[in-house]
Amino acid sequence: MIKLENVSKTYRMGSVEVRALQDVSLAVEQGEMMALVGRSGSGKSTMMNILGCLDIPTAGSYLLDGEEVTHLKDDRLAEIRNRKVGFVFQTYNLLPRLTAIANVELPLLYGNGRQGRKRSMAALDRVGLAHRARHRPVELSGGEQQRVGIARALVKQPALLLADEPTGNLDSGASASIMGTLQRLNRDEGITIIVVTHERDIAAHTRRIVTLSDGAIITDEPVLSPLDATEAERLGEDGS
Amino acid sequence: MTPLMVVATALSSLGSNKLRASLTLLGIVIGVSAVISLMSVGRGAQEAITSSIESLGTNLLFVRPGATTQGGIAGAQGSAATLTLEDAEALVDPIFAPSVLAVAPELRTGGQVVAGRENASTQIVGVTPEYETVRNFPVESGQFISDIHVENRSLVAVLGSQVADKLFDLRDPVGQFVRINGRQFTVIGVLESQGSGLQGLLDDQILVPITTVYYRLASERTAQGGVSVQTINVQVASADEMDAATAQISTLLRLRHRINGEDDFSISSQQETLETLEETTDTFVLFLGAIAGISLLVGGIGIMNIMLVSVTERTREIGIRKAMGAKRRDILFHFVTEATLLSIGGGGIGVLLGILLSRLADGWTLGTQTFNTTFSGDIAVLALVVSAAIGLFFGIYPAMRAARLHPIEALRHE
Repeated sequence: MIKLENVSKTYRMGSVEVRALQDVSLAVEQGEMMALVGRSGSGKSTMMNILGCLDIPTAGSYLLDGEEVTHLKDDRLAEIRNRKVGFVFQTYNLLPRLTAIANVELPLLYGNGRQGRKRSMAALDRVGLAHRARHRPVELSGGEQQRVGIARALVKQPALLLADEPTGNLDSGASASIMGTLQRLNRDEGITIIVVTHERDIAAHTRRIVTLSDGAIITDEPVLSPLDATEAERLGEDGS
Repeated sequence: MTPLMVVATALSSLGSNKLRASLTLLGIVIGVSAVISLMSVGRGAQEAITSSIESLGTNLLFVRPGATTQGGIAGAQGSAATLTLEDAEALVDPIFAPSVLAVAPELRTGGQVVAGRENASTQIVGVTPEYETVRNFPVESGQFISDIHVENRSLVAVLGSQVADKLFDLRDPVGQFVRINGRQFTVIGVLESQGSGLQGLLDDQILVPITTVYYRLASERTAQGGVSVQTINVQVASADEMDAATAQISTLLRLRHRINGEDDFSISSQQETLETLEETTDTFVLFLGAIAGISLLVGGIGIMNIMLVSVTERTREIGIRKAMGAKRRDILFHFVTEATLLSIGGGGIGVLLGILLSRLADGWTLGTQTFNTTFSGDIAVLALVVSAAIGLFFGIYPAMRAARLHPIEALRHE
């Protein structure tokens, strides 16, 4: 359902050509939970931008949920992002002046968002934050903010949930809790999740690890016994 | 996104920085209220001028002599001395000029007037008794110039109210003496004041018999040898007969002056004067509006400025919205709506403030000038439309900058 074929991405920085991705091919099935790892400069971010339809490849083709998105213009890409991709960011990227529920509602504004409030509330409930709906981001802990971020990513029922270093700004307790949430959503609701990270132990929560180096996939291996964090989610972020 | 949601989003982001939004709003408020109050003052002045001229009656025609020609060089209109007192009297002719009701010739000269220790430099207007009714100059006390005064070239004078005040202060001038250009005149009457504004100028003159001006004060001889006049004020029977009267006067004068070619006189109407004056005052009102418009423009630049700052500050937000699926058009709408809300909001408050200001200024006196303001809805609508247009115009560039941002770079923005 996600299919990258011989994808290359070349940037121009002045007169220098930077080849961020070279001839990458990758297939991810529906319901998979995968980690994309690599050091900085490995092409990880470029790969994520292409997977998330924020950018298009210079060569090769990208099929997302059966749709060819390789050559789309900006506004068509925006439409695809709106319908098919849910983003979870390292810095949460919530709008500070909006309440949690208004933040979750954001993707619905740009589609034909009917019953916005109801759907947003349901999404918040799925990450266990329905009781914090009226709070602004500053009134929430880091872990809670990230849950709002996940709810926002879920609200349009995306084909792909793309999490970029989702635990990068969180302590270990909250990190485990967030990973638990992602695992539960993947296991119980069958949502396809790609976690981009540079931390091996975060990647170990997924069932497949793809490693990038110098713009190419160097390893692609299954995780035989993934760490289970669903218990940590149930206990809450301080682990008590 | 529905329009309602766009507006709600814009309001919420404006609300997040209330001080900044209200200061930007203030720029437009000042601009719009300035436009409205200044244009109201202008319109008021225009109306005062127009109505004071209309109060003279619109059924007046002015016959003036043509231009002199000396060695082929044409002088100014009215510089020739071709019209005489006899010409004026001949115009009252029920057979050849049935549309002419009355005529009042006048001959003006400047003069120095002395009364006791006071003196003034003013206009001396030579008139006939008809002048009182034709030009609507009733006397307040004493009497007007009579036919006998005209016939005898009497040294009598009727003072304009301003001249009377200046020379005699609170004393009654009637029966007193004044010296005009060295000759002693008896004051026989004082005119009613013509009112403030442009009409007030008419209070600063002295009326004397037209023959007295001709024979004793000035000395302009006509080719025909009669008493020359500068203007013949013609009262037409009714406003519908203006064209007929003009034709009749023209025919009579051409016959009297034995003219085959070009007329040696010209006929103009009060209406023409009014139209010219209206054109002038229209320009004046527009000029006032334009001056105020500059402040509106500055307000618009204020909007653009703040929107540019806002786009920079909210780059990350734009990135987030784009990642969530906002198209260029959505982002454009967000920012254009904010700018337009600011300008329309400012415009609305400005209209109210402008109306209030022009109400306050109405009847306000500064020195000898009294402000009359006339507010009309078209000014308000104009100001609102212009301010909305300014919001759109100055909002569109920042909004386009926002819409063009690339989501990846916008998200990376700190």
